[in-house]
Amino acid sequence: MIDPRQQLLAAVCGIGLLVTIIELVRRRRLKEEYSVLWIAAGVTILVVGLNYGLLERITAFIGAGLTSSTLFFFGIFFVLALCLQFSVKISRLEMQLKNLAQELAIAHARPASIPEE
Amino acid sequence: MVSGTTILLPAFNEAAHIEQVIAGVRGVASGANVVVIDDGSSDGTGERARSAGATVLRMPSNMGYGVALQAGYKYALREGAEYVVQLDADGQHDPSAIPRLVDRVARGDIDLCIGSRFLEGKSYVIPPARRAGMILFRRIASAVLGATITDPTSGYQAMNRRVIEFYCRDAYPTDYPDVNVLVMLHRHGFRIAELPVDMFASADAKSIHAGVRPAYYLFKMGLDIPLNLLRREH
Repeated sequence: MIDPRQQLLAAVCGIGLLVTIIELVRRRRLKEEYSVLWIAAGVTILVVGLNYGLLERITAFIGAGLTSSTLFFFGIFFVLALCLQFSVKISRLEMQLKNLAQELAIAHARPASIPEE
Repeated sequence: MVSGTTILLPAFNEAAHIEQVIAGVRGVASGANVVVIDDGSSDGTGERARSAGATVLRMPSNMGYGVALQAGYKYALREGAEYVVQLDADGQHDPSAIPRLVDRVARGDIDLCIGSRFLEGKSYVIPPARRAGMILFRRIASAVLGATITDPTSGYQAMNRRVIEFYCRDAYPTDYPDVNVLVMLHRHGFRIAELPVDMFASADAKSIHAGVRPAYYLFKMGLDIPLNLLRREH
């Protein structure tokens, strides 16, 4: 049985995270594209925090010994997924930046300052 | 010299050599358009290159050899170049081979001609570790291409317009355009050959294979070459 204080903490964290993400999206400081994983994390924290039985069933299903191990496992997995998403995005941005820089260099091509032979 | 030829010289802080290299290039390829891609130099390389008679593309910051080179390909393509020769701006590549390389490509039976420092008894002193790497990639390139390639890491190359167009694609690996590019070209049906050229060791050479980068280079090639063989893009 989970301590009600732990449930309250999980609920506060989950709701706080969701509210923060939605507010960032509303202010256009976070694009919808990047909010997906964060919203999923917030909802997961909320659901698991309020429904300890679900966490126990997931723990039994994946064969983990402790519910805390399950939380750590999915927490680390979430961070890895987020890093991968950023790496993909950085790769795309780097390609776009490269093309932009090349276009800039071509647009400002400076001809020779002495007459051609 | 075959008309419609553009000579590309990617350069980063090569003020000490650039004028001499351009003079050498213009001496053997007077009708060619000489383009220096100044990769964010801070020593006045671009200004010296312009004074020496080259068109200068200046990258907004130091973005690396491959990015600078690809900017040159894109420029050459838009300027209507039929042939491009690329060589290093540090004076290591003997420009006297330029007409031979272009003529070889202009014959029409190949698309890319590599200037080899090891063909026909040419000698070039390199450190043992790098030599071992070169031998490894020479074997890989020769096995994949089905022909002996003695110098697959040579940056001294001449190519026709089809190759230039191919090099302008986003698929061009700008971080290390090397053996993997030859594999890509081969997979896309381009024909590659070599000619012997002279190369000189430079006392202040800034190789893209210097420092700790060989480890990444090995990783990159180890990943890129098999993936190029697996890809089905056309």
